[in-house]
Amino acid sequence: MRIEGRGLCQSNTSVPFTFDGERLTGREGDTLAAALIANDKRVVGRSFKYHRPRGILTAGSEEPNALVTIGHGPQQDPNVRATVQELYEGLEARSQNAFPSVSFDLMAVNDLMSPFLGAGFYYKTFMWPKNFWEKLYEPIIRRAAGLGALSGLTNEDTYEKAYAFCDVLVIGAGPTGLMAALGAARAGADVIVADEDSRMGGRLLAETGEVDGKPGHAWAADIVAELATMDNVRLMHRTAVTGAYDQGTYGALERVGQHHPHQPGKPLECFWRIVARRAILCAGALERPVAFPNNDRPGIMTAGAVRAYLNRWGVVAGRKVAVFANNDGAHRTALDLMAAGVDVSAVIDSRAEAQALGDYKLFTGAQVIGTKGRKGLESLSIRQSDRTLRIEAECLAVSGGWNPSVHLACHMNGRPEWNAETLSFLPRDGMVPGMTAAGAARGQFSTAACLADGARVAKEVVIELGLTPSDTAMPRAEDRPYRIEELWAVEGRGRKWLDFQNDVHVKDVRLAAQENFRSVEHMKRYTTQGMATDQGKNSNVAALAVLADATGRGIPETGTTTFRPPYTPVSIAAMGAGSQGEGFAPKRVTTSHTASVDRGAPMIEAGLWYRPSYFPKPDERTWQESCNREVTMVRNAVGICDVSTLGKIDIQGPDAAAFLDFVYTNTFSTLKVGRVRYGLMLREDGHVMDDGTTARMGKSHFVMTTTTAAAGLVMRHLAWVSQALRPDLDVVFTSATEQWAQFAVAGPKSRDLLDAVVDGGIDPESWPFMACGEVDVMGVRGRLFRISFSGEHAYEIAVPAGYGAALYRVLLAQAETMGGGAYGMEALNVMRIEKGHITHAEIHGRTTAFDIGFEGMVSKKTDCVGFSASRRPGLLEESREQLVGLHPVDPAGKLTAGAHLFEDRAEPVRTNDHGYVTSVCHSPTLGHDLALGFLTNGRARHGETIKMVDHLRGVTTLARVCDPVFFDKEGARVRG
Amino acid sequence: MRIPCPICGTRDRREFTYQGAAELLRRPAPDAGDAAWDDYLHNRDNPCGEARDLWFHEAGCGAWLVVERDTATHEVMGAELAEKVAS
Amino acid sequence: MANLVALSPCEGLLPQTIGAVTIAEIDPGPVTAILPFKGQDKAVGEALKSALGLGFPAPGRSQSKGGARAIWVGKGEALLMGAACPDLAGAACVDQSDAWCVVEIVGDRAEDVLARLVPLDLRASQFKRGHTARTLLGRMTASATRSGAKAFEIMVFRSMAETLVEELTRAAGAVAARG
Ligand SMILES: [Zn+2]
Repeated sequence: MRIEGRGLCQSNTSVPFTFDGERLTGREGDTLAAALIANDKRVVGRSFKYHRPRGILTAGSEEPNALVTIGHGPQQDPNVRATVQELYEGLEARSQNAFPSVSFDLMAVNDLMSPFLGAGFYYKTFMWPKNFWEKLYEPIIRRAAGLGALSGLTNEDTYEKAYAFCDVLVIGAGPTGLMAALGAARAGADVIVADEDSRMGGRLLAETGEVDGKPGHAWAADIVAELATMDNVRLMHRTAVTGAYDQGTYGALERVGQHHPHQPGKPLECFWRIVARRAILCAGALERPVAFPNNDRPGIMTAGAVRAYLNRWGVVAGRKVAVFANNDGAHRTALDLMAAGVDVSAVIDSRAEAQALGDYKLFTGAQVIGTKGRKGLESLSIRQSDRTLRIEAECLAVSGGWNPSVHLACHMNGRPEWNAETLSFLPRDGMVPGMTAAGAARGQFSTAACLADGARVAKEVVIELGLTPSDTAMPRAEDRPYRIEELWAVEGRGRKWLDFQNDVHVKDVRLAAQENFRSVEHMKRYTTQGMATDQGKNSNVAALAVLADATGRGIPETGTTTFRPPYTPVSIAAMGAGSQGEGFAPKRVTTSHTASVDRGAPMIEAGLWYRPSYFPKPDERTWQESCNREVTMVRNAVGICDVSTLGKIDIQGPDAAAFLDFVYTNTFSTLKVGRVRYGLMLREDGHVMDDGTTARMGKSHFVMTTTTAAAGLVMRHLAWVSQALRPDLDVVFTSATEQWAQFAVAGPKSRDLLDAVVDGGIDPESWPFMACGEVDVMGVRGRLFRISFSGEHAYEIAVPAGYGAALYRVLLAQAETMGGGAYGMEALNVMRIEKGHITHAEIHGRTTAFDIGFEGMVSKKTDCVGFSASRRPGLLEESREQLVGLHPVDPAGKLTAGAHLFEDRAEPVRTNDHGYVTSVCHSPTLGHDLALGFLTNGRARHGETIKMVDHLRGVTTLARVCDPVFFDKEGARVRG
Repeated sequence: MRIPCPICGTRDRREFTYQGAAELLRRPAPDAGDAAWDDYLHNRDNPCGEARDLWFHEAGCGAWLVVERDTATHEVMGAELAEKVAS
Repeated sequence: MANLVALSPCEGLLPQTIGAVTIAEIDPGPVTAILPFKGQDKAVGEALKSALGLGFPAPGRSQSKGGARAIWVGKGEALLMGAACPDLAGAACVDQSDAWCVVEIVGDRAEDVLARLVPLDLRASQFKRGHTARTLLGRMTASATRSGAKAFEIMVFRSMAETLVEELTRAAGAVAARG
């Protein structure tokens, strides 16, 4: 219910929203949780396993119960914490994990079966046959136990990722964080203040205490206002720092567009990577519940949450409120409620010496031993010495003390230390290099102590950064002692819940201990305690205390589980921002791209590049038809193909030739200027890395060509060789791939075509096979290489990329007058297979120069990369799988890539395997299928009939082994 | 993770490509024999603690670096140019 | 015979103004990669100085003189832009006039837009006018130079011009949508 006159936002703007389809109204500044409490909605969700009705437990991001689904359709967002979700007009929220509704949930039958579903149930029951698990249990459990669901539709929302840098990152903007930020900022440091809340101030927004003579929230607002005016300060609201990583990098999730109606184009969330020289952890503390019988009834909340709802939002979750605590701080709940006119029925304090701080009924040395109420709390039973009493209450404010939020400090594997005075884990120094904890995050629980600690740590940090700290007066604030006594679990009949979301209670933990899961990590996995979306924020320490008790150890000896990032859930959409669809990788396009697309060519990806697959004519119905035509066209006339995607590396220097001799298996120092040579490159382990042609443009100037796929790899390799292996060589190189648009002009009419395009024409004498040099192309200085991948008389002509589109159109127009035209990757592939030219299908990383029949290139060397390893006997054995050609015995027979090779009469099983097929095409030139592959001792088996079996596609074909060069073995055409 | 490139300054690890242990810098002579080459190519320690690794500043200056770091704490102690170490 | 017509890498894609930033293509003029041979750094720097009045830039720096600029782009490599490359005996000089797509992003939120794409500390105190870096923009290798208080020059390889424009406009759109 709403308490008039209470709450920080006194605006009268009412905000309509729906919950499970019901129209409700909240107030501006409300969270969804506050608005639900204002509307007396008590049951807001069902627990994961037993489907028990659950209400709101907390007022922050640690909320385990109030998870809802926001929106619908592609924008449906499940598992949103109602305590974090800000209310806006038209917000549509639905409860989860219940059917048909939260108040009547059929799955609650699980709760009746709970005696059979205790901890370890999964492990014990499902040691049955695997089939039972897959077919029976998993589907049932998945339906019954679960959280919210995704819509299954493509999410079109915008998310983003961003980087930020600062001197000091202040994590959390409560009293500690604000003082720390102020100290660091006034000293001149670049400061980022990240706070997960929509409004900065932390607990100051939830408490009534004064700071510097003003209400705490007003003081906070003043400090925030001052920080906002400073150029060296960046305030990041709604930003939860979720992880501490190496070298001062922090992950943070900012909620950008989730607190108002959907705005197209505006990101929902931004995932930040913040790099900070220093960080101050001012994450505060989280209040822990107490495990007492039936402590999960809606209406039972942490005491701090009750105060937050009252003081910040002006709402209370019941007309009568009781308080149950083991520390002084929680008594303030009663005082605040009474001041607001709310009926406080009792304060139950487990400490015998507790003192009342005001005029309320106090039961000292007392404990809550039971609760009643159908859809929410109605009354409690308490025990004081030997008597049992019944107390009316619709809301119970519980405090078992506070746990400092040490999570981020533990993200780099550091373990916190148990502090017996505050009964909590505190961070140690240096757990995350460069990060210092301050305030409640290190067990300083009074406002005055937090303010002082924030200022102290800021001073330390700025001095370390070489700045001069400025004197900041310490504001006055309450400095009451904490006064806490141990209370983890209350004995009594009924389940005493620890982990509300995963339905783990005290008995489960004791059972774990009894079954010898004594290590806290084992207990966690056995019971699933701490494995829900709150990651044990509400239950870890209490569960640990119960385990310690059950195993007869102390808490420090029992230890804690490991806190890992993220501190609060991070949506995958935010982490993957920008990586949907084409955003997943850069798109590299050649200068002929538009012309190819205009001609209807389907573009295929080759690495990051897009290349035309084939150029369909109107009457062609399959790619094979187009491909066949293009091959025939090149073999009979002339074809044009963009080959700009091949890597081009410009290599120069006095030792350029020596450098190439070292990186290639063959020799380049003997290559004449104006000539091109094929080269084979090995990895140091003796296997083939890449191949390509290299042209000698001048005495100490070479242009190396790499395959499209390996261009980056080769560049990295050359850098490695020149910097690490041969720093003695005077050579420099740079990629020139992007400078040149290069086109293959292939076919018997290629010279005629170029004659018309190259200024001065092509003189056959000056341009023999494997010649290279500079030419002018229609007034533009370019390069010409007489090289061939198709096996035809062919050239590659290059112009600066700006002219690429124009030259491509000129070449195509010219070709079309000669019965030629464009050809794509399919035709290119067919022609290279016909010629037995290898690609990365053959040099796939496990083949050697010996395997592909190029051993002669290596053997003449004294040293080169890969030389020594390639000499190992194992890499030179005749029994290795060697490159061969294959053609079907029956010309109509099908060959398939990836198929394996067997002796004709052998059973096609792995142990009889003799090799495999790497590349396959249908050759229009020869009229049947062709394949390249690797066959055991293949070079000696030419002429043999072999069985090709493709188990995947169910194809078996008899094939004849032959030389890998199928067409024009003598190379007459290429030299013609 | 951030790596202090001697040329570019400290940069995000996304700009770097990892290669492996810095032992790769000690390339044996071509005739050093199978054992030496086997060691060089395939055998590596897997230290818990200080390690010297090769990283390539691929999206940066294009320098190969020897990065000293601690595999247990993830501390990065420093980096030098592979070229300097090699020559 | 008609001459060939040149197209710029971002032909038809730019300029665009999105919120508080304008993204425009820059014509860098002639671009030459200069890579000094061993021990020639000083001689090459001096030769550049006497020919054009600017030297070989230190790592992470750029220089300009008149219309000519020299931008460091990697270990032992700088790009001379906006001027024909003089004769440099001690260096490899490689024409790269058509290899790069050069754009400038200008405006109050230019730094915010780049912060969504570039893992670099771009704060004015750290990355001053004339400072340059080889880095990533999204998943592309890029060169970034601060050309003014609210202006950066970004270069990626020509083939990725479309992706560059997409990345920049998407980031700028998201920044603008925040208001
Ligand atoms: Zn670098």
